[in-house]
Amino acid sequence: MSRNGRPGPGRLLVVDDNKVNRLLLARGLQEQGHTVTFAENGREALEVMRRQVFDLVLLDILMPELDGYQVLEQLTTDPDLRDIPVIVVSAMDELDSVVKCIEMGAEDYLSKPLNPVLLKARIGACLEKKWLRDQQRELIRKFATSEVADELLATGFSLGGKFVEATAMFSDIRSFTTIAESQSPEDTIELLNTYYTLMFDAISGQGGVVNQMVGDGLMAIFGAPAPNPDHAECAVRAAREMVELVDLFNLDQAAQNKVQIQIGVGIASGRVIAGYTGTQNRATYTCVGDTVNLAARLEAHTKVAGQPILVDENTHGQMSEAIKVEDLGPVQIKGKKDPVRVFAIPIAHLSPQA
Amino acid sequence: MPEPVIDRATLEGLASTTDKEFVGELIDTFLEDAPTLLAALSSTLEGQDAEGFRRAAHSLKSNGASLGAMAFSGSAKELERMGKAGDLNGAAGRVESLRAEFDQVMQALREYQHEP
Repeated sequence: MSRNGRPGPGRLLVVDDNKVNRLLLARGLQEQGHTVTFAENGREALEVMRRQVFDLVLLDILMPELDGYQVLEQLTTDPDLRDIPVIVVSAMDELDSVVKCIEMGAEDYLSKPLNPVLLKARIGACLEKKWLRDQQRELIRKFATSEVADELLATGFSLGGKFVEATAMFSDIRSFTTIAESQSPEDTIELLNTYYTLMFDAISGQGGVVNQMVGDGLMAIFGAPAPNPDHAECAVRAAREMVELVDLFNLDQAAQNKVQIQIGVGIASGRVIAGYTGTQNRATYTCVGDTVNLAARLEAHTKVAGQPILVDENTHGQMSEAIKVEDLGPVQIKGKKDPVRVFAIPIAHLSPQA
Repeated sequence: MPEPVIDRATLEGLASTTDKEFVGELIDTFLEDAPTLLAALSSTLEGQDAEGFRRAAHSLKSNGASLGAMAFSGSAKELERMGKAGDLNGAAGRVESLRAEFDQVMQALREYQHEP
């Protein structure tokens, strides 16, 4: 493919056990400037595809060793190969096989005997689509978290939402405004960067995804976009790690005679509405709903409770008993009509609190 | 009027989108490969390998159609259908007549190649 805008000639793989067909295809394709490699059966095709990069595969169906269906099946389950478009080449009287191939992920089909004009048009369209997808993929890789990128690439881009069972987490630095006012702007930015690096490590280490950062606060989701049955437990483990990492960070800060920080983490589990919000041009993955609001309220309540981590009843119910909790009983939370039962996750601090 | 062994329009259409030399190369390839495929029909029939029988018939059908040998291609298609259905009863006679048809096709294609 060209590197400067539009797709140029492509690297094509022709898979056919029949030499007459290979010659016919090669002639048309080479005339259009494409580079053509041949494989005589499905097994050879997969071998060469794992060694070489191709923009498009032209695949015969009926072949010895591995047939076209088996190739398609293996391609769709191989993350490295599943995005290479396949055009099925088949006889006119095999329309049912073509339908099956399209259902299995083939991009398009060409019927034999080959029509050179149609061949050129289909190949061109296919390469153009591949090129656009590659562009889009690159953009997604740059601007989305890897989990979100994977989900987008696997399911396609849509702004639609869905209900998912997940755990939402909010975290922020206590009295951050005061801290920021007490030191130089450079120190504040450096502090924030270290803080975010530590939090991201703890969260992604437990399979969570940070989807919002505002100032000193962040929001993370566990169990979406990639489903995780242990989302509640993972969120709590991540939270404990976050508090422990901040403790370690504080030891380091104290040694350098720099300011120490405390964080508060609120966690709630349940049904959330997850999806991409924004416009077609700029969107982020986010979760909304009561569960998310409750997590934010619990985070705010950590200051009142004097606890670093607070979780709701649902999270508590899904956690393993290995994690120590303290039942704080029903608590009146801002924005909630009825009191909610709140649990604290106590942490043994590494150093006496300042 | 009996159906011609070779459909001239197919060959001429092919030559007009490529060139006659290339069509000659295709014909050579077909004439080289076809005896192997015909032999495969006999051996798979003997071994009752319906899938192998189907594949060999499929290739002959496809190549015949590419070069305008429509009647030959149609006969091969019938054998392909038998292979696909897994029922090779009565196939032996059909394989023999396909061989006879191939001899005619070969002669007609050679004649086409030697035309100025």
